[in-house]
Amino acid sequence: MMHEPQTLVPATETKMTARDVKVFYGDKQAIKGVSIDVDMDNVTAFIGPSGCGKSTFLRTLNRMNDTVASARVEGTITLDGENIYAPTMDVVQLRARVGMVFQKPNPFPKSIYENIAYGPRIHGLAHGKADLDVIVEKSLRRAGLWDEVKDRLQDSGTALSGGQQQRLCIGRAIAVEPEVILMDEPCSALDPIATAKIEELIHELRGRYAIVIVTHNMQQAARVSQRTAFFHLGELVEYGVTSDIFTNPRQERTKDYITGRYG
Amino acid sequence: MAEHTIKAFDEEIDKLRGLIAEMGGRAEAAIENAMLALQRQDKNLAAQVVADDKRIDAIEAEVEKLVIQVIALRAPMANDLRDVIAALKIVGVVERIGDYAKNIAKRVPLIAANQRTLEPVSLLPSMGQVAAEMVHDALNAFAARDADLALAVIERDTVVDDFYNSVFRSLVTYMVENPKTISECAHLLFVAKNIERIGDHATNVAEMVYYAATGQMAPERERGGTQPLED
Repeated sequence: MMHEPQTLVPATETKMTARDVKVFYGDKQAIKGVSIDVDMDNVTAFIGPSGCGKSTFLRTLNRMNDTVASARVEGTITLDGENIYAPTMDVVQLRARVGMVFQKPNPFPKSIYENIAYGPRIHGLAHGKADLDVIVEKSLRRAGLWDEVKDRLQDSGTALSGGQQQRLCIGRAIAVEPEVILMDEPCSALDPIATAKIEELIHELRGRYAIVIVTHNMQQAARVSQRTAFFHLGELVEYGVTSDIFTNPRQERTKDYITGRYG
Repeated sequence: MAEHTIKAFDEEIDKLRGLIAEMGGRAEAAIENAMLALQRQDKNLAAQVVADDKRIDAIEAEVEKLVIQVIALRAPMANDLRDVIAALKIVGVVERIGDYAKNIAKRVPLIAANQRTLEPVSLLPSMGQVAAEMVHDALNAFAARDADLALAVIERDTVVDDFYNSVFRSLVTYMVENPKTISECAHLLFVAKNIERIGDHATNVAEMVYYAATGQMAPERERGGTQPLED
């Protein structure tokens, strides 16, 4: 399903729901009771100054904080109504359903083909080489990378340019057929052209996956998202329609931040 | 309001607001002087109003340049964005207000050519004063980001419209009774119409000020209209 860029559409399906989520690193509370809904039809951007908790909160959405020994999460986060912190939740399966793209492109030190094929193979999504070939092509096409790499699928993924590597990582996330894609500053290491390609890709992926993007670049949040959440000191200060947040924010703290008056 | 982390941004916004304050002051003076020139049949003062309009035009060009620069270099957001967009629109409107004042001034020698005092002229100074005050208050509201003052300006537009309707009726009556005065009365009709348009433009400025200050469009007002054209 394609939408006009920038236009908020009524959410038909709430994909993830967070209620009163608190995150602690040891004694320090990093997230102070955040409640938010993420839907399938609109891209959600998390903005806020460094240390505001936006990345920490993003990581609670696919339990990446489990890997941090001192981290503790309270509150409820659901995916299709199912509590992702329930003891019965298979975390490996969860991270296939809620994929993640990181700040620095991190392709496996394997071939371009293997970067995409690895996930579907271990998740048992493909039966044989022919299946995998189809998945690899489809994923690379969706990631907007196919035409650039189709003749050198056996080259190393790390040999690609930074922007291509990041699209490879997005293709890798897409390959396991996720429902949600989390992006943690996916363009901060890329030049403006590579950034524009990723942003265009986000537009194309919108509606097919629920997308949440953390960004320091407010223009980027304005460009790619239809909903924006502003975090400050571990609180969700304001969550609203992106065009409203950037033209007429309700909260003084949001206004000071986005107009460059912060601090 | 807190300062921007980038100081040059604040300086540009301050400069923008300073230019608009100056432009508003000059437009207000142009209206008052044009009306004074009309009352006193003072051709020199009228010529001065025409000459001074050049500075108003120059400020418009300067503000346009600065707004483009701010948008390109600072990517203003939220209230800053509303401020610069309002500034851009306001200078376009105030420039028009200056043109109306200039147009009134240009008619002074034509009306002054005939030394008779026309009775309907007596209403025009008060009408001009209300319009000048509206311009003054609309620009003050911009300087103070005062939405209430902007609303008060919007409401006052009907006063100018009522004045216009009265002047129109008395001029028509006067022309019927004194056909020899038709040429002068026609000029005075344009003067009244110009003042009426100034009131409309001041109202437009106030609507932009309201938007810049609140982020909301100004509430729809009752449009009294100018009856003579609607008959």
